[in-house]
Amino acid sequence: MGQMPPLSRRRLLRSLAAAGAAALLRPPVASAQPDRILTKPIASSGEALPVVGLGSWITFNVGDDVVARDGCAQVMRAFFAAGGRMIDSSPMYGSSQKVIGYGLDKLDRPPRLFSADKVWISSAGRGPAQIEASRQAWGVARFDLLQVHNLLTWEPHLRTLLAMKAAGQVRYVGITTSEGRRHGEVERIMRTQPLDFVQVTYNMLDREVEDRILPLARDRGIAVIINRPFREGDLIRKVERHPLPGWAAEIDCASWAQIILKFIVSHPGVTCAIPATTRADHVRENMAAARGRMPDAGMRARMAAHVEKL
Amino acid sequence: MSEWWTYSLSDFLLFSPRTYYRLFELYNLAVWPWHILAVTLGLAVVALWLLGRAWHGRLVALILAACWLWVAWVYLLLRYDTINWAASYFALGFAVEVLLLVWTGLIRNRLRLRPVGDVAGASGLYVLIFALSAWPLIGLLVGRPWAQVEVFGVAPDPTVVGTLGVLIAADRPHWVLLVIPLLWCAISGATLWAMQSPDALLLPGAALLALVTAGWKSASRRRQASPDTGRPV
Repeated sequence: MGQMPPLSRRRLLRSLAAAGAAALLRPPVASAQPDRILTKPIASSGEALPVVGLGSWITFNVGDDVVARDGCAQVMRAFFAAGGRMIDSSPMYGSSQKVIGYGLDKLDRPPRLFSADKVWISSAGRGPAQIEASRQAWGVARFDLLQVHNLLTWEPHLRTLLAMKAAGQVRYVGITTSEGRRHGEVERIMRTQPLDFVQVTYNMLDREVEDRILPLARDRGIAVIINRPFREGDLIRKVERHPLPGWAAEIDCASWAQIILKFIVSHPGVTCAIPATTRADHVRENMAAARGRMPDAGMRARMAAHVEKL
Repeated sequence: MSEWWTYSLSDFLLFSPRTYYRLFELYNLAVWPWHILAVTLGLAVVALWLLGRAWHGRLVALILAACWLWVAWVYLLLRYDTINWAASYFALGFAVEVLLLVWTGLIRNRLRLRPVGDVAGASGLYVLIFALSAWPLIGLLVGRPWAQVEVFGVAPDPTVVGTLGVLIAADRPHWVLLVIPLLWCAISGATLWAMQSPDALLLPGAALLALVTAGWKSASRRRQASPDTGRPV
């Protein structure tokens, strides 16, 4: 787990440059060096994060199955090898946290890891114990990011997380929701609480966050994590029956997964997406979406219109 | 959860079908040869039923309670709990059913089965035999490997269906004994449905049959108890 870097003007500028400045400055077609992974800064610190992370919902919940656990470790190995950093989980995800811990042990604790987890329990008083159990499952000294999962008992949990941040027990705090739920409440919390991150659902077909949440996040300096980029695979299954459009090559996309991910991470308000997978080749394919040319606003509109018609 | 209507079944699915059935594969490997004993116990229920001795209900209840206890502890609590945080609650429900079976059938001797010549008796027997013999083949028929078979007395679904067979054939409606098996049919049926398993409708089908026969038995008993119906009591 990395140390929190001090935010300086130079560092912030460097982070923006590393992001290709593409999404933020909106050139006609964003460009990034093909061999460098695209990163975006966490607004509250300037720390650069690769725009593609790794989710663990369903895919890493494999119980005690050693063969499947080794498969997950291979996914994590491919993720880190491709330049990935953020892995996201939750106590709601069954054995996923322990499987991540197992994988991290297998990989000798990659220093690049950005550990993101959540607190998910209706009892406010039991939140700290759950967080500690999660920390032990991962085997990390502290989490980089802790989020209140689906706004469950969010007020006391957020107080706990902010106190932990003040005590240096976690680096960033945030809240999560999914599939468009409780966006009004999310907005209110974003306006009133000192959040570092917010996690929401966004993809070519679920675009509600474009109207208010993403602009608000930019205004408030809140980093945005995108969950369910593939709608748990439904979106991929919907589009992969069709041939890749000709414009895919213009943004260096070799697959529908890359098209979907580039659409998401090229939004100026998005910091990173966290697709989940059980396959190392899919991780490499996903991570490749963090490289090469990014779509500009015109291309993004074209992409969305194309997919909506399919 | 005020936005409950925005959730779909798949939102509650914590694992992939691959993980779910692989769990059975590893479980079968770990508990073998319990399967032989469990199926033998199931066949013993059939034999006790056909023989029709006065004490058959007590032994049937004891066998079913033993199977439910095994599934609660060895499958739900020790295995399923590793991929589903709700499994400990399911195990608690199964343990309650154990107590209900022991109380109703073993201690109070209220679990008596109809003769197989009776419609309800025959239906119940067919359901039990289906749970014992056909259920393990379903996975094979829909393309799952034999190592992932679900066996009565070992896996929850065939154990619950076999129990429903006994309750369908009971000489009276046992609503209290039906509650937990019916709940399990709803939960497991929904899980299989969310996983798009081809056999997802079998559990709700068995539950529906049990509900209909229990309702029919209740209605029959009310008619027989009523002096105004003109029917023979």
